[in-house]
Amino acid sequence: MESDLSPQDKKDLDKFIKFFALKTVQVIVQARLGEKICTRSSSSPTGSDWFNLAIKDIPEVTHEAKKALAGQLPGIGRSMCVEISLKTSEGDSMELETWCLEMNEKCDKDIKVSYTVYNRLSLLLKSLLAITRVTPAYKLSRKQGHDYVILYRIYFGEVQLAGLGEGFQTVRVGIVGTPTGTITLSCAYRTNLAFMSTRQFERAAPIMGIIIDHFVERPFGNVGHMHPCNYRAPGEEEGGAFAGVEDSQEVCTTSFSTSPPSQVMVAPGKEGGVPQVPMQPCHGAQADHGHVSSCPTGDATHHIPATPPSSGEDAEALSRSSEVKSTSPSDPLDATFTRKVGAFVNKPTTQVTTAGLDLPFAAFAPRAYELEENDPMVHPPDSPATSSPLQGSLHSQASSDNGGQTQEDFVMVDFKPAFSKDDLLPMDLGTFYREFQNPPQLASLSIDVSTQSMAEDLDSLPEKLAIYEKNIDEFDAFVDTLQ
Amino acid sequence: MNCRSEVLEVSVEGRQVDEAMLALLHTILLHRSTGKFHYKKEGTYSIGTVGTQDIDCDFIDFTFVRVSSDELDRVIRKAVAEFKDALNITGSDGMGQISLEFYQKKKSRWPFSDECIPWEVWTIKVNVVNLANEQERQICREKVGEKLGEKVINVVEVINRHEYLPKMPTQSEVDNVFDTSLKDVQPYLYKITYQITDSLGTSVSTTMRRLIKDTLAL
Repeated sequence: MESDLSPQDKKDLDKFIKFFALKTVQVIVQARLGEKICTRSSSSPTGSDWFNLAIKDIPEVTHEAKKALAGQLPGIGRSMCVEISLKTSEGDSMELETWCLEMNEKCDKDIKVSYTVYNRLSLLLKSLLAITRVTPAYKLSRKQGHDYVILYRIYFGEVQLAGLGEGFQTVRVGIVGTPTGTITLSCAYRTNLAFMSTRQFERAAPIMGIIIDHFVERPFGNVGHMHPCNYRAPGEEEGGAFAGVEDSQEVCTTSFSTSPPSQVMVAPGKEGGVPQVPMQPCHGAQADHGHVSSCPTGDATHHIPATPPSSGEDAEALSRSSEVKSTSPSDPLDATFTRKVGAFVNKPTTQVTTAGLDLPFAAFAPRAYELEENDPMVHPPDSPATSSPLQGSLHSQASSDNGGQTQEDFVMVDFKPAFSKDDLLPMDLGTFYREFQNPPQLASLSIDVSTQSMAEDLDSLPEKLAIYEKNIDEFDAFVDTLQ
Repeated sequence: MNCRSEVLEVSVEGRQVDEAMLALLHTILLHRSTGKFHYKKEGTYSIGTVGTQDIDCDFIDFTFVRVSSDELDRVIRKAVAEFKDALNITGSDGMGQISLEFYQKKKSRWPFSDECIPWEVWTIKVNVVNLANEQERQICREKVGEKLGEKVINVVEVINRHEYLPKMPTQSEVDNVFDTSLKDVQPYLYKITYQITDSLGTSVSTTMRRLIKDTLAL
């Protein structure tokens, strides 16, 4: 049915459809980045803004879209789809919506290509801008970060809606008739988010200990072609980043945020004293150079090295990265490790005892305990979590059984203590801090020990006072040392 | 020519009125604005670029998109503020409607003034509710957000029927079709009016009188 179309019109129409498809993908993905989008109006035409709309082009997204199209155009029976899904920090994923750009056979022969079709496509893009803020996935994408991230996938061919669960809704964004068919843009979105409500806030406590290289194979084999909705700051060197990207391995591992709790596992494998930086968790390391933190720090300028450094250079990489503001090159991958380690809840923690460690401050441990037990005048801190690692009890057996600290104890994003060298001690300073940051409560304070009732306490008071009076010289001497 | 008329109804709490009106009016204007026209020789023209901006509402769980034009935003905000003030002044009933009308000017011969012929009118009927406690307000935040989402879908549906739109004008006629007063975008000629319904259900048409006055003054 294209015989009525002049060659120029046909060429124009194909070009319009192609760029419309690319712009559609940009609008959808940008609307799921989790940030507010703002572009400027320009009264003088630049000639490069398709459909007279200021829509930025994220190169990675254009690249993916072109790859999916593979030189073809959306046509009858060949739809272009953008699938938006959510992936939690535990590794569960769920499709949220699928945007479909389809073409049907209904032709509008009389319509003017270069004018009416173009303007209507522009209108359709505006509608898409409006509708992308209205579907449920928009709110989810604005809140993405630590608990979950939003991913996109572009595919061409038949529309697949099975992953949206039962009762999904469809909203039609709009249609534009053309001489070769009618373009339809619609969105099918999931309504059943039950999975989200139960799993959203479950977080496995990170397990303290030594990281062994868990990742001999990719944990999520079939996620393939999923990409994080992460925005890259303009001006970044991106040309080289795409040369080596392997689609099938751009798994969600790149998309965890680098907020503090994910930094638990900063000190990687210390077995044998040789740090093993987990730079190749999923062979998707190459893909990670596409990753940029989506945290509101706006710190979106990190390059993950395309080739991971060899382990011999790891110490260098780690100490260098301590200068980086909030994320280091290894962080996203460490973050990945953290999540994965958390998933393996049965993994035993390392039991670290004071006896087994050459702790610089180990000598203080029994003395502090003794003193505090005997001296009721000393008021220990109310919550061990707030005490510094050097105070209080250094009963490390208990500390490692705490299941690690709660997420909120971490203040530093990247815990690389200054002046520490990774390869001197089997356990470095960073691990030491973490181990002892949450010492267990003093035995003298614990409820089990003080099973004596108040009355008994009062009864035993005179005896205690007598003992203290006897040792008064000792106490005086102690006080003198403090002054 | 028939004027297309669409009605949208929303129920909002007092402090949500501004944002709800802005959200809907801006969504409509997003679709009814183009870039600035630059006419060249031989009757051709090029069109400027329209930027867009996401706006988060403070009192509603909703984000809407508007054209990036502070001038246009100021005009719309002013109209919405007047509407809200009028709603507040009248009784506690809190019902009214705000209309966004797109029109074309048709030049008439002297002594008759130009005609304003509407081709699309959007009427947003507002019902202001009073809520008793914070919990209800929180629920209202979400509910109104969902409702606005539905209204946006309605708006988009109407617009994508691709019904009558004024023809693209020549340079001499552009001011009869478009509002060329803004420096960054060019909406179709529009006017915003409002009516407040008092408790008896009769409309207080102070602004209707003003509208007529404006028409006569042209």
